[in-house]
Amino acid sequence: MSWRDIFTVYRKELKDMLRDRRALLSMIIIPTFVMPLLTFGVGKVALRVTAKVREEIPTVVILGGEDSPGVVAELKQSPRLRVGVAPDDWKQQIADKKIRAAVRLPAGFEAGLRTGLAPPVVFYHYEGELRSQRGLQELEDFFRALRERTVVARLGDHGLPATLAQPFEFHGENVAPPEKVGGNLAGGFIPYVILLLCFTGAMYPALDLTAGEKERGTMETLLCSPVARGDIVLGKFLMVLTGSLAAMILSATSMGLSLAIGRALAPGLVSTLPRFSPVGILGVIGLTLPVAVLFSAVLFTVALFAKSFKEAQSYVSPLMIIVVLPAVIGMLPGIDLNARLALVPVLNISLACREMLSGVWHWPWLALIFGSTCAYAAIALALAVRMFKREDVLFRT
Amino acid sequence: MIEARSLTKVFRDRKRGEIRAVDGVSLRVEPGRIYGLLGANGAGKTTALRLLATLLRPSGGSATVAGYDIAAAPERVRAHVGFLASSTALYGRLTAREMIAYFGRLHGLADATIAARTARLAGELDMDEFLDRRCEKFSTGMKQKTSIARTLIHDPAVMIFDEPTLGLDVMSARAIVRFVRDCRDRGKTVIYSTHAMGEVEKLCDTVGIIHGGRLLAEGTPGALRERTGTLDLEDAFVKIAGGGAVP
Repeated sequence: MSWRDIFTVYRKELKDMLRDRRALLSMIIIPTFVMPLLTFGVGKVALRVTAKVREEIPTVVILGGEDSPGVVAELKQSPRLRVGVAPDDWKQQIADKKIRAAVRLPAGFEAGLRTGLAPPVVFYHYEGELRSQRGLQELEDFFRALRERTVVARLGDHGLPATLAQPFEFHGENVAPPEKVGGNLAGGFIPYVILLLCFTGAMYPALDLTAGEKERGTMETLLCSPVARGDIVLGKFLMVLTGSLAAMILSATSMGLSLAIGRALAPGLVSTLPRFSPVGILGVIGLTLPVAVLFSAVLFTVALFAKSFKEAQSYVSPLMIIVVLPAVIGMLPGIDLNARLALVPVLNISLACREMLSGVWHWPWLALIFGSTCAYAAIALALAVRMFKREDVLFRT
Repeated sequence: MIEARSLTKVFRDRKRGEIRAVDGVSLRVEPGRIYGLLGANGAGKTTALRLLATLLRPSGGSATVAGYDIAAAPERVRAHVGFLASSTALYGRLTAREMIAYFGRLHGLADATIAARTARLAGELDMDEFLDRRCEKFSTGMKQKTSIARTLIHDPAVMIFDEPTLGLDVMSARAIVRFVRDCRDRGKTVIYSTHAMGEVEKLCDTVGIIHGGRLLAEGTPGALRERTGTLDLEDAFVKIAGGGAVP
């Protein structure tokens, strides 16, 4: 092995990639801007939509209630509800999002309030639709308040204090630091994005430096040189790894900078975003390093089989699912790291990163994950070197 | 010098089974001589030359190129060979100077040597005008000149040409032929594959006719014509390739 030759190949590939617009897009531009876009773009849109829903006075309709004029009048006077006339197709109109919710006041409801035998009130809503949920919530709040007022009034009738129904108050207080809360809430999302960018950062160089070179005829030119095949692989592999690491480091840096700048410029927006411990972020980067090697080697090996860039794309695209799936599973609540999962590539990183971002450091498992991922990466790299020495792979026609 | 002894290359194909692309080829090329490997498409010329350039490993037989065994010391062989084929392309995003320098470095040359040799080659090949332009925008002639400079930067003792004029216009093809002749005049060992009879007549000291992976006949163009009783090399080739070996 000659480091001089490896470095010569690497230096040329780096120069070549830096002159390629598509490579710059996948390795630098997308990783740099995807995090601020996700943080501020999507965050801002989500906040705006939520605020709009909160500001809207939901339109609801009353079904029945002819013998409960007091409750109906109270509902109509509520400043937090817009009460309309119930059309015949009120169910369809809820489904069509024209009416947010409906309430059925059963016969004898108001009279039942006085006797203590009021029949149940039924709410109708569109499950999972944000505005309908808001209408439902307002209706629930209204009838909860009515129930409490009724209880207090009845207690008063019997000369009893209102505190009899509510003998004490309670409230919750968060004692976990904001970093731990942030890690728990969105700790699965950050490694997911970083892993994805790590993969896409390596993808273009891997394809271009293998199948792309075969297609353009430069691979044969390169093979005419006296440099050992293994050294050529390592030089090219280092370039693929550079793409992966560049994407990872740029995305992490741009995320940090976005939050820092955001705190200064738009404190309202950033205060709604979860906070992460900087040590946790460094831990994520450290643990993702061997994954970048693994991704780079696997992509290099798979793309090497293809005769053309297009063919390589069709081989590599399914790999994206293999990366995304474990990363998504890692985001699911209730799945915790254990010794067996610590050996599952990608999923182990996703789970460990979530814990690190929450401030939990299971050192033996972290060591197991780092070690196993390094071993997988070494196997993948050895396979890449082996493939590059095969004539039927290099000169596939 | 190039010396091949019963050189054989077998490919295994799932559909077609075993294919003997090169079948027991023996040949010898002395320094300062041009050996023309003449054959139709699929005759085994490219595979034979790729074996000699160590791009492929032989299935049988042996060969030495510039004194090194192609199986035992492929890197040393490549260090002494310049390989030019229609399939060896240039890096489009590099300039001609960068392309030449890259291959100089891959051959272990110092930067000062590369700079001096690049200047000399650029002068000889009339490349100064486009030396610092990217290869992706080159005309065919410019590409050929850059490829030639790439093959010569390490001053190889052996030159292997695999159909270097394929798809070129007359002027570019003539420049290549002139360059091959220069190589011989400089004492290099040259092996040249083509199916253009005119080029063979103009260039080659010895001609080997290859068909179905086997070397059917060998000799000077005149000797081959004489042996087949034909007036031109094309007729001789058709007679040999179509009718089997000539005694």
